[in-house]
Amino acid sequence: MTTLRTPALTMDLRGTPCPLNWVKTKLRLEEMAPGAWLEVVVDDGNPARNVPRSAEGEGHRIVVITVTPEGVRVLIEKV
Amino acid sequence: MSAFTEEQIERYSRHIILQEVGGKGQRKLLAASVLVIGAGGLGSPVGLYLAAAGVGTIGVVDCDAVELSNLQRQVLHATPDLGQRKCLSAQATMEAINPDVTVIPHDLRLTSANALEVISGYDVVVDGADNFPTRYLVNDACVLLGTPLVHAGILRFEGQVTTVAPGRGPCYRCLYPEPPPPGMVPSCQEAGILGATAGVVGALQATEALKLLLGIGEPLIGRLLIYDALDMVFRSIKVARDPHCLVCGEAPTITELIDYEQFCGVVVGKETVS
Repeated sequence: MTTLRTPALTMDLRGTPCPLNWVKTKLRLEEMAPGAWLEVVVDDGNPARNVPRSAEGEGHRIVVITVTPEGVRVLIEKV
Repeated sequence: MSAFTEEQIERYSRHIILQEVGGKGQRKLLAASVLVIGAGGLGSPVGLYLAAAGVGTIGVVDCDAVELSNLQRQVLHATPDLGQRKCLSAQATMEAINPDVTVIPHDLRLTSANALEVISGYDVVVDGADNFPTRYLVNDACVLLGTPLVHAGILRFEGQVTTVAPGRGPCYRCLYPEPPPPGMVPSCQEAGILGATAGVVGALQATEALKLLLGIGEPLIGRLLIYDALDMVFRSIKVARDPHCLVCGEAPTITELIDYEQFCGVVVGKETVS
């Protein structure tokens, strides 16, 4: 687990398929201030690969990705 | 800012994913209004794509009824719609595609007497008319109102598209100061039109309208795009603003709408619209 700082928001997107998991992540990021952190929890496999890649594709920073038995936690810093 | 419903998030997901659109752009489209002139060969793809895109308010101007010869290209209408008012058939199709959209049917012919009232209030106008009096009327009305206009024309296997942004580039009159002599340019009724050509050109108009609403990309301002379906070639010609243009030049003489039937030398009742 990261000990850097606590994200302002966590979204549970387990069970939400691609690309809707990214669409929901993106809509939330649009409402946030630059520099703010958002943690999303996604399923392992394609979601865990696609969501961070899409976030980076729009210029956001992936702070850390943590694989847990309950899902993959992706911590994103809004650009 | 209102939140999207779960259904809207899914419906517009492919738009929202686009970096140039996002949730912000989709909200712009839902709040926007476009007037489509003609529910025919061009107006059909325009209406379908604008409705599918979630443009919140779409006006449709057409005073004709659906005829069998329309159905080869006017994909807003289907066989069971024969005889129906075109603007109502268009409304039913578009609202069935997307219940987020409100379609305002204008069952009338645009004239100098009603054009300003019909057009004012819309963010963008898309001209899919197929006669010169209406083209000049719509151009002049849009210039006078300062409303962006996406113009197109089609014939046989060819089409052309340009975008008029009043004050920012040339208008239709800068491009064609005078109409051709009556009868010189045949209509689709006389010369024919490949249905799919109308689809391509109408889809280009819809793309331009969406770009204008979203404020993205490079619209066809000061450019005429010419599509040749037989050779399958697109060409783009630069068009300059005419300082002597009667409606958008430095000393305009057209400061209110004129008699466009007379201007185009049309014998009233004999012109065709498709």
